Amino acid sequence: MFLTDEEKRMRDGAEGDAVAAAMDLLIRYSSALDADRLCDIRNVAGTMTQPSPVKARLVAEGGWDKAFAVINLDSDLDLTIPQMAVPTCQLQHGFSDDSIGVVPYPEANVLLQADGESFFGRHGVNILATCTPYQVGNLPLRGEHCAWMESSAVIYANSVLGARTNCEGIASTGAASLTGKIPCWGNHRDENRFGTHLIDVRGQRVESFQDWGMLGYFAGGVAGEDHPVITGSVSRPDLTELKHFGAAAATSGGVELYHIPGITPEAPTVAAAFADREEPPAAVVYGPAERQAIYETLNEIGSSPDVDFVLLGCPHASVDQIRQTAALLDGKRLSPSTELWIMAPRALKVMADRSGYTEVIERAGGRVLADSCPAMSRAAPTGTRVFATDSAKQAHYLPAILGIEAWFGTLEECVNAAVTGRWNGRLN
Amino acid sequence: MSVILRGRTVVPGVVEGEALVSHEPISGWGGIDPARGVIIEPRHELFGVCFAGKILVFPSAKGSSGWSGFFQTTRLSGSAPIGMVIGRISAKSALGAVVTRVPAVTDLDADPCAVIATGDWVRIDNGQVEVTKQ
Repeated sequence: MFLTDEEKRMRDGAEGDAVAAAMDLLIRYSSALDADRLCDIRNVAGTMTQPSPVKARLVAEGGWDKAFAVINLDSDLDLTIPQMAVPTCQLQHGFSDDSIGVVPYPEANVLLQADGESFFGRHGVNILATCTPYQVGNLPLRGEHCAWMESSAVIYANSVLGARTNCEGIASTGAASLTGKIPCWGNHRDENRFGTHLIDVRGQRVESFQDWGMLGYFAGGVAGEDHPVITGSVSRPDLTELKHFGAAAATSGGVELYHIPGITPEAPTVAAAFADREEPPAAVVYGPAERQAIYETLNEIGSSPDVDFVLLGCPHASVDQIRQTAALLDGKRLSPSTELWIMAPRALKVMADRSGYTEVIERAGGRVLADSCPAMSRAAPTGTRVFATDSAKQAHYLPAILGIEAWFGTLEECVNAAVTGRWNGRLN
Repeated sequence: MSVILRGRTVVPGVVEGEALVSHEPISGWGGIDPARGVIIEPRHELFGVCFAGKILVFPSAKGSSGWSGFFQTTRLSGSAPIGMVIGRISAKSALGAVVTRVPAVTDLDADPCAVIATGDWVRIDNGQVEVTKQ
């Protein structure tokens, strides 16, 4: 592969052992991808502070320098980690101290993570602590090359913002943070950003938050790791609906980039989405029967109607989603056998606190929680057997991660389940 | 009977062992338990199956960007596969193979998930895969 003189100097140790280890990982990774060069980036979203048993052991052995070397650089060397070379943020991680007594989550993890935040903050990592950095100030520009993790954020950055990132991992974002480099492969290149599959919505109109999530889950199943293009009867979506759509498409498949002609920035028309090829591919129809089938798939893990736990805010909620939840809970009281959590970026929880929404939700018995989620932290209310959610992504993952039953429905159905303790959802 | 597949080296090296073949893409985060090296996705054809010590043959990686980190953890926990034969490479599976540090190969001249069956003896030699049918 081609390396610039600057990259060769980094590889050879001119900027220290840690940068050399980072460049070594990027070269090994480029070789695995068959990438011919690196590109310059100034925007990294990765994860360093999230507690795990392996990380706890490494920190005990050699501090956070050791943990970063092994996990974030895939290096066995004893390294001293320098300042981040380019702007870098921490994505969602574990729960923090305000979760103690609320979330059954080990206090040792809270303490480990707080220590990690202190270390990485000193090294220039912005602790955004959310799966939605684009909601709290990390908003890359169209065409900007980035190195992001978190599949739901990657698909949002590529598709909605027109930024360019592959679905990076812990080690590649770690190496990028110390070098400002990432393999120039896949989504970084113009020729790889066109549509591959055409999905036509017919016989119904996709306009609700729930319907955008189900359409995303369908699109991921159709397109796999490729690039679906959505046409037909859809409303103009907002941030929350595309957040749900993208998270679902990245869950059922591995979609990192989609186009909605006339709505997303790189596809003003269907023809443009397919590189002005003479014939786009034959359309796959998303009609009422397909919609019904997706709904049934997302609900196939649910059998008992007795709901112990309602989970909202996956990906992390917007302020508006918190406000809607508060409005539905205003003056109500949760069932004594049911808990309700809504997950949010900490910065937006502060706004929800100021706006009075948190107080309304807490008065009803619910919680607004920051930094993490039950899937990341493998933590749900004690004794949970059945949960309900408005997120297709959580309905997919949480049964596998926690071994519990799932119901998928609308926000209104989820709040109703939290108040009555019973699932009463159906597809309208 | 043995079959030779030719492809491209993802991670260089030579290894041989028993194949575990998935015809469906594999999730890392939320799809495997890295401490035990077991597939935990309920809808998956290999639900409950352990891949530790096997040559893992699969069409592609899907799901979360935690993929590579989870497979790195299998290495650190002693529950990693010993080699990977990957149908279609992506950023997740490429980085995953690199940090698992096991010989890995892709872009083969035939679909490895169709040619190789679970239990076959497989030898990866850089960009070449020799399959001995069982």
